[in-house]
Amino acid sequence: MSRLPVAKTYKLFIGGAFPRSESGRVYDVTSPSGEFIANASKASRKDARDAVVAARAAVAKWSSATAYNRGQVMYRIAEMLEGRSAQFVDEIQKSTGASAKDATTEVNAAIDLLVWYAGWTDKYAQVVGGANPVAGPFFNLSVPEPSGVAFVIAPQGNATLIGLVAAIAPALVTGNTVVALSDESSPCAAMSFAEVIATSDVPGGVVNILTGSPAEIAPWMASHQDVNTVDLGGADAELALACERDAAETLKRVIRPGQFSSTTGSVDRIGAFVETKTVWHTKSLA
Amino acid sequence: MSNSESDLARRAARLYYDDNKTQDEIGEILDITRWKVGRLLSLARESGIVSISISETATPSERATTGIIPTPRSVANGVTDAASLRGFLTNLPSVDAIGLEARAATLATRSIKNESKRAALDTIIRLVDLTTLEGADTPGKVKSLVAKALVPDASDPTTPRVAAVCVYPDMVEHAVRALGTSIGDGETGISVASVATAFPSGRSSIDIKLADTRFAVDQGATEIDMVIDRGAFLSGDLETVFNQIVLVREACNRADGSHAHLKVILETGELRTYDNIKRASWLAILAGADFIKTSTGKVQPAATLPTTVLMLEVVRDWFHLTGERIGVKPAGGIRQSKDAIRYLVAVAEVAGEEWLTPHLFRFGASSLLNDVLLQRQKMTTGRYSGPDYVTVD
Repeated sequence: MSRLPVAKTYKLFIGGAFPRSESGRVYDVTSPSGEFIANASKASRKDARDAVVAARAAVAKWSSATAYNRGQVMYRIAEMLEGRSAQFVDEIQKSTGASAKDATTEVNAAIDLLVWYAGWTDKYAQVVGGANPVAGPFFNLSVPEPSGVAFVIAPQGNATLIGLVAAIAPALVTGNTVVALSDESSPCAAMSFAEVIATSDVPGGVVNILTGSPAEIAPWMASHQDVNTVDLGGADAELALACERDAAETLKRVIRPGQFSSTTGSVDRIGAFVETKTVWHTKSLA
Repeated sequence: MSNSESDLARRAARLYYDDNKTQDEIGEILDITRWKVGRLLSLARESGIVSISISETATPSERATTGIIPTPRSVANGVTDAASLRGFLTNLPSVDAIGLEARAATLATRSIKNESKRAALDTIIRLVDLTTLEGADTPGKVKSLVAKALVPDASDPTTPRVAAVCVYPDMVEHAVRALGTSIGDGETGISVASVATAFPSGRSSIDIKLADTRFAVDQGATEIDMVIDRGAFLSGDLETVFNQIVLVREACNRADGSHAHLKVILETGELRTYDNIKRASWLAILAGADFIKTSTGKVQPAATLPTTVLMLEVVRDWFHLTGERIGVKPAGGIRQSKDAIRYLVAVAEVAGEEWLTPHLFRFGASSLLNDVLLQRQKMTTGRYSGPDYVTVD
């Protein structure tokens, strides 16, 4: 007797759980040649709002974890991804039509990128922070602190996995929490990446991944008063302009489309998610 | 009377009244004559060193243990003694638990459109008893609570005020002072509610519970939230529960004939069954409650929608029976606007829309208000708001 295959319905990843969209909507994910691959949840603005609430609640714990611990957790994500790389290669091939060689290269690059960023967790503050020279008997120290909740749009239409990793990882390095919107047309790898995160000791809510339309979700996130940074890397020019305008209302940090490479790491990209805190401290009470 | 003589009179009085010595014995101890002792004792009474009072009526503890103290409400319903109280409560039809929960679940699915949501959010604010009941409460915290009650959202002057602030008895004076002329009955101004009667457990003597209540009323509390004796209720001692409510209601009386409104907390989480909650609701109403309240907020589960629906049914039935409206206050665990709106739907559907006033319905809540304000800001600005834009409580 032939076996009926169990097809996977891709859900959202919010607060460490995998709920369906609050709206109940799904959309078809198809291959470049038009074949049906899977159903994915189409996130609504309320799902995005819930994700921000979960991300906000997770900031205290993640940002106060030691840099060393954050590095270990991020390295763990890389380990888990390595162990499941075959699944990701398969999903990337199906949804983008890439060759096995290209898909393998992308997955390996994503793993290496996570390891690279994991290494930065306990080094970043040494590079950009410092003891400032001041004319008085004071220590004057500048330290980078996470800005809080980041909303990132993964690149659309290419780099489906590595683009997402390149957008999420730099925010995690310094202790931000993330609401990420995946590549709309090929969300499968992104939601499988959510499963990797869910099994990597990343506290619930630190990474939240949504699938759906950037044009529908992004404006709500850009104007959301509880989001501190928006990465518009995956938005088209018109949407990015509108979002940047909305984001200005609450003085958000903004990453513009094309500002950073979607396949390689950058120390500056870590810096897009931090605020510098400078403190004065007496050298001695004597 | 010289100082030495009054000292002597005081010593003689102690020996006579406290130690039960005879006048002869006292004379020997103090080395004076028996007649001198007699003179000192009468001197002690005349000068006020000793005062004797004879109670004309039974003490609260006596009254609380001899049958039930009938109230106008109980008498009108034929409840005049312990047996008739028991009979009345056991004859109440029992609750269909599955039906009740299904009804509550149906009410919770009601969809509220945007225009109605705006009105609902404002109504919720008007019905909130803004509460702080922590061991760590300070006058400063109560002052900031009152400031928030007066101006819930400084960025939007159209935001209504809350109905009341709810605090511990020793914080009442600070709440009253901070409110100044803004004090009122929930409609005309902000009311000051105080928990009393050894809140939250209620485990103390009736005399202490009454003293606790009188203290809060004297400090200026306009509403008293008392707890029933759950231990007595669960062990079947309904008279004690009933009498304690009657006595606390009397203790709410002020010298000018008015009284602080009495909310009776059933602590439904400890009563275990819907039948018990229903009986406790009726008992509290018969004993003179102005409001019946679900919980202290210190026990899980606190307020739930089915429990509140049940209590609303009781006050609806009481209204049909007597034409008198009793208030309901769910408290504890209602943190989101979405949940609070479900309660509003339940009130309107079960008891009636007339109940949606501060005199007849309240939310006991602390974090609910912030969530309502966030939703309100979202409706006004069209942008999602965040916890940075409301006060930290």
